[in-house]
Amino acid sequence: MFTIEEFGRKLRAREISAAEMTDECLRRIADGNARINAFIHVMTDEARRQAHEADRELAGGRDRGALHGVPVSIKDIFDIRGTATTAASRVRDNHVAGHDATVITHLRHAGAVLIGKTNLHEFAFGTTSEDSAFGPARNPIDPTRSPGGSSGGSAASIVAGMALASLGSDTGGSIRIPSAACGTVGLKPTYDELPIEGVVPLSRTLDHVGPITRSVPDAWHMQQALLGREAGRPLVATPISSLRLAVPRAYFCDLLDDEVRATFESSLEALRKGGARIDDAGIQHAKTIAPIYMHISFGDAAAYHATTLETMPDRYTPPVRVRLELARYVLAEDYVRALAGREVLRREVDAALSGHDALVLPSLPIPAPVIGANFVQIGSAKEAVRPLMLRLTQLFNLTGHPAISLPCGTTSAGLPCGLQLVGGRMHTESLLRIAFAVEQVLSS
Amino acid sequence: MTIDTWLKTALADAERRGLPELKPLLESLAQAMRTLRDADFNEDAGR
Repeated sequence: MFTIEEFGRKLRAREISAAEMTDECLRRIADGNARINAFIHVMTDEARRQAHEADRELAGGRDRGALHGVPVSIKDIFDIRGTATTAASRVRDNHVAGHDATVITHLRHAGAVLIGKTNLHEFAFGTTSEDSAFGPARNPIDPTRSPGGSSGGSAASIVAGMALASLGSDTGGSIRIPSAACGTVGLKPTYDELPIEGVVPLSRTLDHVGPITRSVPDAWHMQQALLGREAGRPLVATPISSLRLAVPRAYFCDLLDDEVRATFESSLEALRKGGARIDDAGIQHAKTIAPIYMHISFGDAAAYHATTLETMPDRYTPPVRVRLELARYVLAEDYVRALAGREVLRREVDAALSGHDALVLPSLPIPAPVIGANFVQIGSAKEAVRPLMLRLTQLFNLTGHPAISLPCGTTSAGLPCGLQLVGGRMHTESLLRIAFAVEQVLSS
Repeated sequence: MTIDTWLKTALADAERRGLPELKPLLESLAQAMRTLRDADFNEDAGR
């Protein structure tokens, strides 16, 4: 399957049309969706209409840029006017969106073809995409395993060639975790950089939206489109020999699957050989990350779901309902403590970045877990899957720093591992330039 | 509210509401509360 850039070159050379590309994605969905359950709703007729319009425009001399005619899948948490936004929940039965989410409007203006709505962990409140009213999304590399979550169907749709890019959301890692589990690139921009209007919330102060793609330059093109900008210039990589990276080892590298650790260390070695300087860094209050994240995300989710938990509790999947009920026990005084701790963590990440271009750490401590597994073994320790999957990503939702996951190798079983880069706040473009340089080293 | 009081009350409430599966999760949340309250960044009227 093509990257956005490869497709764009072929489209403009008249070697392929948007309609042909869209039909190929639709064919793959028809052939493969029963196996991986990536899509909740396929917008066949609408996608074909948009693709033909894109071809007509291009033939008439109107080129909207990098996303012109590109089939894009959309996590079913974003409003698309006239369609249901299910959030993978029966709680949303009978919902029909009256308006497009702002980022959907931007994608339409960029010429993207909206090919369908993808499966997710119900209300984005989970990391495996298995608790969904529409059944679990599955990892295309091994369908007995989770594609990660909550944007699991989005990442799966890219790996399966059912779309060239996807739009996801990330409250504790929900773009980066499935990207690591499936072997895609996932970008969480700086907090509040992309609008969240028309997106079903999990936690308004932690929610981010962003792209899932096959390459870093594709993430750049998607990010530009989501910002509502003309994508007129290509992404230029930062010279690898000028990179100053820092690894936050304590806490972040304490609990890793052996093969994930080995893949991460060999990636660092490749970057060193390429000329990057790699130091160690520390986050002093790292042990408070999960408690702070838990209190803020739970408090926010409880407020949003309080009414429906009372009026229609049986419409939630049982595991999501139980965790939302748990969220209702958070005390206000602890929520306030968590807000104070969040500011401390933000300053500590800023300090760790001082003198460095980016932090580098794994994205996910384990390969994609088996669907239904509540615990995994790491060395002699038996660890709960959900907190483990959030462990390396949730900090940057709390602090708002931009973060990207990109593939850095596979385990002996062929399961992808992800490398995470974290940049300075409001410097998402710089982070993408760094990520492009790292991608070139790791793929060579 | 102390954590012990909170946990006792929450466990009883979960039982009353017919949600016994909440019990281990409430105990995990209590542990997170302890870590949060023990952190040195908390303000304290007595300090």
